[in-house]
Amino acid sequence: MERLGAADIFTSILGQFMPVWIGLVVILALSALFRSKLGLYGRLFSSPIGLVGLTLVLFWVLTALFADIIITMDPLSQVSGMKNKKPGWPVTGMEGSYYLLGGDNLARDVFSRMVMGSRIVLAIAPAATLFAFMVGITLGLPAGFYGGKLDTALSFLANLVLAFPVILLFFLLVTPEIRSTGVPLILAGILFLFPIIFFVLLFWSRFQEQPGKLMVLLAITLVLGLWAYSGLAFNADPLGVFYMDPNLLNIFVSVVFVNSPTVFRIVRGLVIDIKTRDYVAAAQTRGEKPWYIMLWEVLPNARGPLIVDFCLRIGYTTILLGTLGFFGLGVTPESPDWGMTINEGRKFLAVYPHPALPPALALMSLVLGLNLLADGLREESLKD
Amino acid sequence: MGIFLLKRTGVMLFTALCLTFVVFFLTNLEPNLEKLTKSEGNMRMTDVQVQSWLEKNGYRQPLLKRYGEWLGVMPGWQRTDEETGKITGRCTRYANKETGDIPSYCGLIQGHWGRSLVFKEEIRGIIAEKLGHTGKLMLAVMLVMVPIALIIGIIAGMREGSKTDRTLSTFSILTTSTPEYVSGVILIVVFASKLGGLRWFKGTSATAMDNVTFENFTLPVVTLALYGLGYIARMMRASMAEVMTEQYIRTARLKGMSFSGVVFKHALRNALIAPFTVIMLQIPYLLTGVVIVETLFNFKGFGWTLVAAVGNNDIELLLACSVVAVFVVLITQLISDIGYVFLNPRIRVS
Repeated sequence: MERLGAADIFTSILGQFMPVWIGLVVILALSALFRSKLGLYGRLFSSPIGLVGLTLVLFWVLTALFADIIITMDPLSQVSGMKNKKPGWPVTGMEGSYYLLGGDNLARDVFSRMVMGSRIVLAIAPAATLFAFMVGITLGLPAGFYGGKLDTALSFLANLVLAFPVILLFFLLVTPEIRSTGVPLILAGILFLFPIIFFVLLFWSRFQEQPGKLMVLLAITLVLGLWAYSGLAFNADPLGVFYMDPNLLNIFVSVVFVNSPTVFRIVRGLVIDIKTRDYVAAAQTRGEKPWYIMLWEVLPNARGPLIVDFCLRIGYTTILLGTLGFFGLGVTPESPDWGMTINEGRKFLAVYPHPALPPALALMSLVLGLNLLADGLREESLKD
Repeated sequence: MGIFLLKRTGVMLFTALCLTFVVFFLTNLEPNLEKLTKSEGNMRMTDVQVQSWLEKNGYRQPLLKRYGEWLGVMPGWQRTDEETGKITGRCTRYANKETGDIPSYCGLIQGHWGRSLVFKEEIRGIIAEKLGHTGKLMLAVMLVMVPIALIIGIIAGMREGSKTDRTLSTFSILTTSTPEYVSGVILIVVFASKLGGLRWFKGTSATAMDNVTFENFTLPVVTLALYGLGYIARMMRASMAEVMTEQYIRTARLKGMSFSGVVFKHALRNALIAPFTVIMLQIPYLLTGVVIVETLFNFKGFGWTLVAAVGNNDIELLLACSVVAVFVVLITQLISDIGYVFLNPRIRVS
């Protein structure tokens, strides 16, 4: 069989991404149609930068969703004779299949690995960022609102973590040895509690006057929360639904740990600014409790900057995950994690550049999309 | 000002103490100690032998005591062998060559940083040498990054919303979206591989430690500068755009001053205050970049040493690297705080 030419490779790849294109067109067309009813998201469609960002992000989200259909080969299987083969090389022994972007040093398909890699990043980065936000918000609100000793203590702790060079923290926290000491478990046990605390406080502060509704909401939160908590943090889920690989847990916890102090600082700053507004004074005069004011008056009014930072932070987390992979501290040694693939490919970069380039460009385009999206959102939210 | 300085320095030292203790704890975890024992003794040691080796070499004292010894505020342990009468201890290595006196304190404060397992040398010498290499790299990066970033920011912020502004801002976002391990790979492929075909530069800087040339030093410097550039440029742009909306700028324009005159005489001075802090705070972020770039380009500086120390379980060397890293971060924070107060008269007076 002949090796595919550049044009053929290009059209084949475009064809493989067909479900993504269809999904993109449907989502963007529908959103553009109902943009006037979609609030901040709808207004993105009038900012070209934001729209480009949104498209890039949606592209990768859809790719992660449809990864099973898009891939041409199994991302883990090695085909003999395909080691470091150039893009468009026909697979030995398989009529009509090609390594669209060539083979890597272990004779695996670069294209399929890149597509599958998106799943890992998009499964970890947004979730880790969300957890970091939960921690940052739950601690930042009281610190900014009450001030005083609580603020001093929490700020000192946050600065302590922030003064730690990120890379050093990763080298110390994400090692196979540390697992046997239980440090990641302790961290997970503390950090994973915050989402539960957040939701309990959220409902409790609002529905104190309606005990019936409060009980239902609290029961749902506690059952679901503690169930997930037992599974994720301690791998002790009685039903076995929630489970996290110990190495993944280690990475996840470290990323949350690194991100939460920054979120804390942002939230604290926003609260200090917002608590001087008239509507907070009005709520205080009404006799509202402090936690109600923090969660239902201050927090909704801080949402603009927080949404923007959320987008930026997912991008930053993606970069962090890539950094971990680059130093060989990725999820599992075989996984098609982008950072790890770049790390494997860099050793032969001067001779075979094709294995390292696709994951590098993929990571860059995802982060670029998130940053552009954040920029568009910031611009639109400032127009209010 | 004096009290402010004193307070900030105090907080900094306390933070440093806390952080070094955390590092000390994390590097001296049980599995690391066992690994150390086996690489010092032999690989086939039994658990009992491992424990007795650790006991004999002072690793079984309370953690705080050992931290104190390492820091140099507690006397180092000593043990006299009952049969031979030979004295072993933490500080025997630093005994006075003529008198044979063993110092009772030997730690970080006394300048005894220990000995590296990998390099078989005194750590202080290694750190000094490697920091020198990295210093060269950082200096080059700063010289490239800061002026370009400031110029981009000034031009973009001068006329907010213009086409130039949009182009430059998008460029800034693009560079902040490209971490070093991505831009480094792309740069090597384009400028140093067969595929790119240009081959202007070398993809490795293994020779740049002794002999910096344009060929072997450009790519690491550009890779490092690119990532930080966008961030500083965006800060500069925001600061510039804010200053340009001030009343005194409008007054200057209305009294007939030329646009360039307004920018250089009035706007620039005030707009440069905020980016100063950002540039200083960028140094800790550069540290991560330095580790990545030095690994990628095989430049044997501080970052490369850190990776080597982690990879070889060289506890003492890793501790020393961590101390240096932590102090770099804390000192840049201190300088940026002081500089901000110093540069901004409004804060200084109140």
